[in-house]
Amino acid sequence: MDDERRRVLDLLCEDARYTAEDVARQLDLTPEDVEAHVEALENAGVVRGYTAVVDWAALDDGIVEAKVELNVELDRETGYEDISRRIAKFPEVTAFQLVSGDYDFALEVRADTMNAVSRFVSEEIAPIPEVTQTVTHYVMETYKDDGIEFDDGETDDRLSYSP
Amino acid sequence: MSRLSERAERTPPSGIRRFFEIAEEMDDVVSLGVGEPDFSAPWPARKAAIDALERGQTSYTSNRGRRDLREAIEAHVTRYGHEYDADEEILVTTGVSEAMDLAMRALVDPGDVVAVAEPAYISYGPDASFAGGEVLRVPTRAEDEFRLTYDALERAGAERADLLVLCYPNNPTGAVMDASGFAEVATFAREHDLFVLSDEVYAALTYEGEHDSIATQPGMRERTVVFNGFSKAYAMTGLRLGYAMGPPEVIDGMNRIHQYTMLSAPTTAQAAALEALHSCDDAVVDMREQYDRRRRFVLSRFREMGLECFEARGAFYVFPSVPGDDERFAEELLREAEVAVVPGRVFGDGGEGHVRVSYARSLPELREATNRIEDFLAEHR
Ligand SMILES: Cc1ncc(COP(=O)(O)O)c(C=O)c1O
Repeated sequence: MDDERRRVLDLLCEDARYTAEDVARQLDLTPEDVEAHVEALENAGVVRGYTAVVDWAALDDGIVEAKVELNVELDRETGYEDISRRIAKFPEVTAFQLVSGDYDFALEVRADTMNAVSRFVSEEIAPIPEVTQTVTHYVMETYKDDGIEFDDGETDDRLSYSP
Repeated sequence: MSRLSERAERTPPSGIRRFFEIAEEMDDVVSLGVGEPDFSAPWPARKAAIDALERGQTSYTSNRGRRDLREAIEAHVTRYGHEYDADEEILVTTGVSEAMDLAMRALVDPGDVVAVAEPAYISYGPDASFAGGEVLRVPTRAEDEFRLTYDALERAGAERADLLVLCYPNNPTGAVMDASGFAEVATFAREHDLFVLSDEVYAALTYEGEHDSIATQPGMRERTVVFNGFSKAYAMTGLRLGYAMGPPEVIDGMNRIHQYTMLSAPTTAQAAALEALHSCDDAVVDMREQYDRRRRFVLSRFREMGLECFEARGAFYVFPSVPGDDERFAEELLREAEVAVVPGRVFGDGGEGHVRVSYARSLPELREATNRIEDFLAEHR
């Protein structure tokens, strides 16, 4: 990727709400340049969307998050792709990746209650014929998500004027 | 009759004190008046300080500072073309602040003339006076982008000076100088036998191009003390660590005063500094890149507002010229728009009509502050 486009991408990752003008001012580009880069990034499927980084624990409604490890057994007719397509469609599944190591897929599941998460896993995921094992880890506390520290413990105690 | 010495009586309160008191009473101030990084020191440096405490390293070090630290400094500054011997030519101090005071006391006799290139960091004049020196102000000009020139020295009558203090990258203007600019100044210094104190505490924060030092000009090494430190580059202002580099007899003279007034620079900070030099280059690059983006942001916002502002390429300040009196501007901006900036006149001759704007702030804060300044200007046009 060309260097300029990469720098635009880095800034979007830092804060997707930067306007084209904000990005342009920081990189000495024109807003039109920035818009063109963003459009190219979107068209190429590099940037897939924009979303908020949420501390769900700070919400009274008690959203529950879980990480689910999934093992599957493939046969001649079914590959990872076939399974992944089905699982990715569930709105409860917020992230879904094929990973190396002890298990095959890593899922992130979000629902209103612990009960709802466990029902979802046992009633929608476990029954899939190729699935041989699931392990559910409930998230107890989030310290950092998408590069954002929820409480970095650092305060700005600088004086408002210093020489 | 006052109990205080004449010296203490003569020393004026800092020009920002009054503003600080006004800002204290307000609750939504966005401060662009800060003269220090918004980052914390890189973690490995902080960890080294913690480890040093855990291991019970709470004694004095040698007067000149830990030898391994001086060796690390010797190696570090070669990137700027400096060659100084860790044993004889480097002194570790409690910040550039202490080092500057020591240099004045070691080099200035009562009645000596100390030329200070202004606008300048506020300590040079008082340091010179404490040592009994007479301060000669050498104003630099906006049209020279606040670089010191041969002409400026001549205009100010600096040929009668014994010492010349300069600081590039500059606080408060953000100005930098290159080899050709320093060549002129060096010529003047050699012609009129000036000794030079070069404050390079912002060396690592140079954007677009490399930091240059007057000490690397022909014939200048033997008549220059270079000051640097960890406050700005490594975001370690509160750890209080700096160093001076210069000819052996001058460093020795400074050390003789230092051994009585300070004994040694803070031990914990020396541990942090050593680690900073060993492993924190990447962290410095990362901070510099962030400052650089903010610098461009602020400059382009000022340009959009029609505020005249030369393209500052160093430190973390820009120095726009403002309509009317700078002190009044800064006060009204604070009271009405709750944005803190420092009036340029605080930094001496050549600063009037400008304000110092620090961009050691997060981008959202800079956006908010510049929006407020824009509205303020619109209302006052
Ligand atoms: C130009 C300049 N020199 C020296 C200092 C003081 O540095 P130190 O923290 O090393 O004493 C500052 C701090 O603001 C500065 O801006």
